[in-house]
Amino acid sequence: MKAEVKELPTEIMELQMGPSHPATHGTIKFNLKLEGEKVLDCDVEVGYLHRGFDKSCEQATWTQVIPYTDRLNYASPLINNVGYAMTVEKLIGAETPPRCQYIRVIISELSRIYDHLTCCGMASSELGAITPGFYMIEARELVTRIVEQLTGARLTVTYVRVGGVKHDLPDGFAEGVTRTFQTIRKLLDDCDLLLSRNRIFIDRLSNVGVISQETALNYSLTGPILRATGIGYDVRKAFPYLVYDQLDFEVPVGTRGDNYDRFICRIREIEQSMKIVEQALAQLPVGPVWIEDPRFVLPEKEKVYNSIEGLMHHFKIIMEGIHVPAGETYFAVEGGNGELGFYIVSDGGGRPYRIRVRPPCFIAMGAFHQMIKGYMVADIVPTFGMINMIGGECDR
Amino acid sequence: MAETDSRLETIQQKLATKIIEILRPQGDDVVILDRAGLRESFRILKHTPELDFDFLSDITAVDYWQKQEPRFEVVYQILSRAKRARLRIRVPVPENDPSIESLTPIWRGANFMEREVWDLFGIRFIDHPDLRRVLLYEEFRGHPLRKDYPVNLTQPRVPERKIDGTFVDERSHNKLMRLKKSLGTKN
Repeated sequence: MKAEVKELPTEIMELQMGPSHPATHGTIKFNLKLEGEKVLDCDVEVGYLHRGFDKSCEQATWTQVIPYTDRLNYASPLINNVGYAMTVEKLIGAETPPRCQYIRVIISELSRIYDHLTCCGMASSELGAITPGFYMIEARELVTRIVEQLTGARLTVTYVRVGGVKHDLPDGFAEGVTRTFQTIRKLLDDCDLLLSRNRIFIDRLSNVGVISQETALNYSLTGPILRATGIGYDVRKAFPYLVYDQLDFEVPVGTRGDNYDRFICRIREIEQSMKIVEQALAQLPVGPVWIEDPRFVLPEKEKVYNSIEGLMHHFKIIMEGIHVPAGETYFAVEGGNGELGFYIVSDGGGRPYRIRVRPPCFIAMGAFHQMIKGYMVADIVPTFGMINMIGGECDR
Repeated sequence: MAETDSRLETIQQKLATKIIEILRPQGDDVVILDRAGLRESFRILKHTPELDFDFLSDITAVDYWQKQEPRFEVVYQILSRAKRARLRIRVPVPENDPSIESLTPIWRGANFMEREVWDLFGIRFIDHPDLRRVLLYEEFRGHPLRKDYPVNLTQPRVPERKIDGTFVDERSHNKLMRLKKSLGTKN
């Protein structure tokens, strides 16, 4: 009898990955079309954490929005605070004093360190590199302690105000930061030894999730994903705000636009951020941390409790909110994951008419299918990990 | 400053018939454009060498309900990396026909942003390849960022969706049937 050769039937399989999948952080669903293990197409479903940020902001006063911005990208709440406050200040036409600007640079960069450590630590432990993952989480914990010492909260900081920051730096802040950075540098050196030239780690990341320069620009990508392709677009350099033009730092860029370049970009950016914080602390001028404008600044407590004018002033600002002139403006800062923009519209009342956030990771999720097409199912985990999708910001 | 003036002059020349107004609030450059032939206007902004607005930063919308006519305004933030310039384009959209040309043929990144505007404002984008809701679910009624959508409105519960081709495990159900049969109970 002659043996018949039969071809195995193949068909395209549809697979739903997430939202209850540890690698998708519980907030993203991928509807995959697979041929074997190869991803043919990927439809990204976001919105599981949507809580109506924009609509909530329209009900609050301008100051009450600040706690909401903490909960956008909760890996770098201080940058969100700074971005929002600076947008409102732009509409008011106020410029904060130099000491406040330096403090805002310091807290932004501390947040960026925190953000990148979260991303790299989580992504490496998702790939099985648990030890360096925990080293980075230890380094992150040290940053959290600085933030806690400064703001009194670990995550929901609400530190920046329209027209200044809540209070000045505490005593011994600079020494604490210097000590912490020594430890972080040592931990990062260990991670470098464990990861950057690790064969298994490189095999999982290198040449995976590649995106070309043209595609990255076409998909409006910003931040480490764009810089990994070799385009050095950074809001801090392109449109300098605060005192970034007076500080010496570089913008690390990659060459191939794959996951490994994204990882290295983030690690190099942590080093640059530490450099910026050290410079800013060395140059930190003496002076007030608030603008001197009674329309936006709460009076001192002594005046509130001892004079009727002070009490009325306090009551007006708390109950009616600050009055922002009618108009609309857009302002962007460099967030942990890219250009974090705020578009605000004011109708002159005490409440925002419209607040829109340009969420960098929501836009990156819009390009995710392009990054993963043609790769394996297992490559979704590092590619998604290196985007650093934060549910609070992506879904708002 | 002179650079900005010459840029706005170039825009004025190139898009003369489409421009409704040019504004300069807080040092920003704002151009209010007509929605007819919008995609072509953006092509000109992108491909004119003196302008070179090659990067789409953001798309959003604002609802000026009972405040101004036309009711909606779609807002685009574009930027030129080479010239280090930002430009904001505002396009009025009337209430009775809330639709506007999609920019997905020019920037594919517009896909998600336009889906979000459709989802939250109900402004349709003509020629969009895949105009579905993105942040909310398919059964959601209304568009929540419209000003006439009450903030405390609750949505009805959605019955479980039947998805074609989904594997349903009926073993536990069969086991229950057998148990009932052996006990002689009906239903």
